[in-house]
Amino acid sequence: MVENRPWANFFAHTVLIIGVALVIFPVYIALVASTQAPGDLLRGTMPLLPGSHGIENYKLMWQSGVSTANSPPAAKMLWNSFVMAMAITVGKLSISLLSAFAIVYFRFRFRMFFFWLIFVTLMLPVEVRIIPTFQVVADLKMLNSFAGLSIPLIASATATFLFRQFFMTIPEEMLEAARVDGAGPLKFFKDILLPLSVTNIAALFVIMFIYGWNQYLWPLLITTDPNYTTIVMGIQRMTAEENPQWHLVMAAVVMAALPPVLVILFMQRLFVKGLTETEK
Amino acid sequence: MQTKRMTFPGKWLPFALLAPQVIITLIFFIWPAGQALYQSLLREDAFGLRTTFVGLENFVRLFRDGAYLNSLSVTVVFAVGTTLLSMTVALLMASTVNRMIRSRSTYTTLLVWPYAIAPALAGVLWWFIFNPSIGIVPYMLEMVGYRWNHRNSGSDAMLLVILAAAWKQISYNFLFFLAGLQSIPQSLLEAASIDGASPFKRFWTIVFPLLSPTTFFLMVVNVVYAMFDTFGIIHTTTQGGPAQSTNILVYKVYADGFVGLNLGSSAAQSVILMVIVVVLTVIQFRFIERRVNY
Repeated sequence: MVENRPWANFFAHTVLIIGVALVIFPVYIALVASTQAPGDLLRGTMPLLPGSHGIENYKLMWQSGVSTANSPPAAKMLWNSFVMAMAITVGKLSISLLSAFAIVYFRFRFRMFFFWLIFVTLMLPVEVRIIPTFQVVADLKMLNSFAGLSIPLIASATATFLFRQFFMTIPEEMLEAARVDGAGPLKFFKDILLPLSVTNIAALFVIMFIYGWNQYLWPLLITTDPNYTTIVMGIQRMTAEENPQWHLVMAAVVMAALPPVLVILFMQRLFVKGLTETEK
Repeated sequence: MQTKRMTFPGKWLPFALLAPQVIITLIFFIWPAGQALYQSLLREDAFGLRTTFVGLENFVRLFRDGAYLNSLSVTVVFAVGTTLLSMTVALLMASTVNRMIRSRSTYTTLLVWPYAIAPALAGVLWWFIFNPSIGIVPYMLEMVGYRWNHRNSGSDAMLLVILAAAWKQISYNFLFFLAGLQSIPQSLLEAASIDGASPFKRFWTIVFPLLSPTTFFLMVVNVVYAMFDTFGIIHTTTQGGPAQSTNILVYKVYADGFVGLNLGSSAAQSVILMVIVVVLTVIQFRFIERRVNY
């Protein structure tokens, strides 16, 4: 700040507090709604203060879900989301680390060709090629499975690029020293590259976990079996009912939003690093 | 493209390392994209018994189809609205937070978490607070004499999806604007201040021009977000309605293909979307090169 103006500070705080309040508002309403008794939300006026039925709503949602909407218990759906998100994250990180290692530390034929092949995936979001991709997964008999949920989303140009950029900044001497000491490529990768990349891996982990957790269209299409329903699509099923039970829907929304929000809040530094570096 | 000066020898190892990534890319990216291209040139008869090669007819039909042209213009309105709204709010927040010293990190924490919320959940949240019969916002609007109904009114529905989409994107824009603002040298602002420039004048003549690389970058990212990542918002709220007024292109590809089962047309739409993504990605990358030199 260049000069001190008390009224400007006051004004700035006011703007920020209003802004933060508006950003929090939808989630606050969800919290309030999730603590109301079943009929309370339908009386026409939405209460603005939390009710007293929070624990029972969350317990009901956690243990039994909404069977009329074909929506399994939230505990099950959260677990499915977690498995899918972890599979996508770990898968993306492993294949990207390996291919970046190959591209930076080896000279081989068609290196540029492979580099561009990976680059192209950046340009094909799943929403755009949704029907042919669905057909491929159906032909491979991967519908209604965790493999079908995660593997098609694993290829990632951004992670490969990020690791490539990072490997390029690692001093040449590392490799020279390793080779003088007789380390082979895999030993170099395991004992030198991986430990050096820990921060980058963690930052990308945060971003990709959120990406995986928030997948919506893909699970919606390829799973029909409630055993594989993820929480985000389970909520859509509950809202699609004739008369949605909003107090339970909102309890599920809060539970679905909590894991990724907590990840961001507790790993904010890594999150910001991951976000700014993947978009470079 | 450069490698290290010294590399490992190895004939098969690099291919083995690349194999997982390349195989997945070929099966789930290149092959489906090729299929989309191929199907976009075919037309199935009503019973799905015969397919005939029709050349570019699917594309010609699309551009003569009022519904598709409508979807294009709806997408433009939606993308521009979302980008403008979320970037304006984010810039206001970022430049205000940037003034703060002690409270900066608290405000940042309070503003970044919506990034974690899935677009589909953002849709459900905003759908709920704008619900015409039980939502809180229509109740308040009623008091000032406006009858909100996104089930009948196309403009209400559009406003709703723009709000939901922009809300989720504020945190992203905020972080990039804040980083951009922090890289502006304080000495410039101090010099201007000594010359008597007011805070507004300093913002418009120094801060805003220096932020322009960040702004352009964010504009491209936001348009990409609004066009391709907002499927969940549309699907959980308006489902393209009322009367196609929020039927954006990605939603239409899905609806025509899976609900309408019009594969040729849906494939042609996929191809057009791919062309749009490629163009936007190229713009983004060309721009980033300039940003580095800047």
